[in-house]
Amino acid sequence: MSDILLSLKGVKTYYGKIVALRGIDLDVHRGEIVTVIGANGAGKSTTMMTICGVTRAREGQIIYDGENITTLPTHQIVKKAIAQSPEGRRIFGRMTVLENLQMGAAVIDYAHFEEDLRMVYDLFPILEKRQSQRGGTLSGGEQQMLAIGRALMARPKLLMLDEPSLGLAPLVVKQIFEVVKELNEKQGLTVFLVEQNAYHALRLAHRGYVMINGQITMSGGGKELLSNPEVQAAYLEGGRH
Amino acid sequence: MEYFIQQLINGVTLGSIYGLIAIGYTMVYGIIGMINFAHGDIFMVGAFIALITLLAVTAMGITFLPVALLIVLIISMLMTSVWGWGVERLAYRPLRGSFRLAPLITAIGMSIVLQNFVQVVQGARVKPLPPQITGGITIMEKDGFLVQLSYMQILIIVTTVLLMAGFTLLINKTSLGRAQRACEQDQKMASLLGVNVDRTISLTFVMGAALASVAGVMFLLYYGVIDFYIGFLAGVKAFTAAVLGGIGSLPGAMLGGLLIGLIETFWSGYFSVEYKDVAAFSILAIVLIFMPSGLLGKPEVEKV
Repeated sequence: MSDILLSLKGVKTYYGKIVALRGIDLDVHRGEIVTVIGANGAGKSTTMMTICGVTRAREGQIIYDGENITTLPTHQIVKKAIAQSPEGRRIFGRMTVLENLQMGAAVIDYAHFEEDLRMVYDLFPILEKRQSQRGGTLSGGEQQMLAIGRALMARPKLLMLDEPSLGLAPLVVKQIFEVVKELNEKQGLTVFLVEQNAYHALRLAHRGYVMINGQITMSGGGKELLSNPEVQAAYLEGGRH
Repeated sequence: MEYFIQQLINGVTLGSIYGLIAIGYTMVYGIIGMINFAHGDIFMVGAFIALITLLAVTAMGITFLPVALLIVLIISMLMTSVWGWGVERLAYRPLRGSFRLAPLITAIGMSIVLQNFVQVVQGARVKPLPPQITGGITIMEKDGFLVQLSYMQILIIVTTVLLMAGFTLLINKTSLGRAQRACEQDQKMASLLGVNVDRTISLTFVMGAALASVAGVMFLLYYGVIDFYIGFLAGVKAFTAAVLGGIGSLPGAMLGGLLIGLIETFWSGYFSVEYKDVAAFSILAIVLIFMPSGLLGKPEVEKV
């Protein structure tokens, strides 16, 4: 068993004729939190969707757990225990909170359902209070928690989060990032985090990549990138935050 | 009063048949946003399969009616499902992701294909079937006017109620139903959660076809006459029912079916048989002017 859980090799993705990813190389090791930071439209979300096969890599390879998953259909990729909380959360608005969580567990057998549900409710107690409420009626922060909870119900080996801090109050962001940290430290969960909120993301992550215009331009340890003057100038408003 | 009750019974019976077909329209619309114009013809195919099976079963010497009808129902459901599945696989799936009008055009094409296929292999003449289930209960009698509830009507209403209850349970309580509702709301997210979207869509067509075939069996037994063209008008009516109830809504389809059945029957009973279709479609138009998303198809208010 290799130490590398996920690796992208020269991945190129297009939307029609427009290039979205111009050859991405990145690795995620087991037990690591890896973040990709970058501005709007840099290709961060596309990277995540390409890993899951929702948008297809036209060139390059995606290796997960030693297996080439580049051309597998999405529902088979996620069965390999890759779960994501996507951009915009994509909660099923006309289903209850509980049903959303049940959908999360749809990939695995239901044997551990109660146990996993307990775990998610302990992480986000508000979800238990709202469990029979429709997903569409939740606040933004609650929806984000539900999206992460839904992903966790799949018992992932790799948890992918797309901008979990977007549009949320600082306190809620803090809570969500603490949960991610806890999951990583206590359960050894591997996390792939895509963020615009570079400061929080880099403080949390072991390693980070900087993405500009569909290319990785910089990489390094989280703390290391945080103190990099270029990163500071571009993403951290001169270091103040 | 007696006349009214008799029309009510007739209307509910007709409405049950429309409702069963309407579910197929509404579910397919809900999940892939297209009107499956071939669905009415799937109903017609179901009726033909039922007729052929009934003749075969009788020829084989199974004359005990409940057993014979059960066999007919099961075989018709199974075989019609295969037709429904095939139509989706051949005419709609290859076009998924192309422009919205494309599957609509192939749907009309499929409808013509099915009609002509049945016309060629079964002939264009109407196929009569002598009444299989006769008799009934007299509920009321006044001045020589009998209010009759025939055994056939009881069978239709009871079967429909049971099927709809079972179906509602399936959609609301099972993981399969959940996957279907998930695909309805967000196919991309559903696939990210491991749902095989293509298979779920196929299953939707299969379920719709199975329910339409039950409607076909009931139609055959109730009216005793079928031809290759019955799918057109029944399909249009059931589609109207789905729109009236709010397309995409399951209870809406059932309610819409019932209403269309009642409107038609009462109009025929009190005004004129010739204009019953005009009445049904006029009411549809009026409802849509004031409630554009139908009776139960309320657009969900979502917080951001």
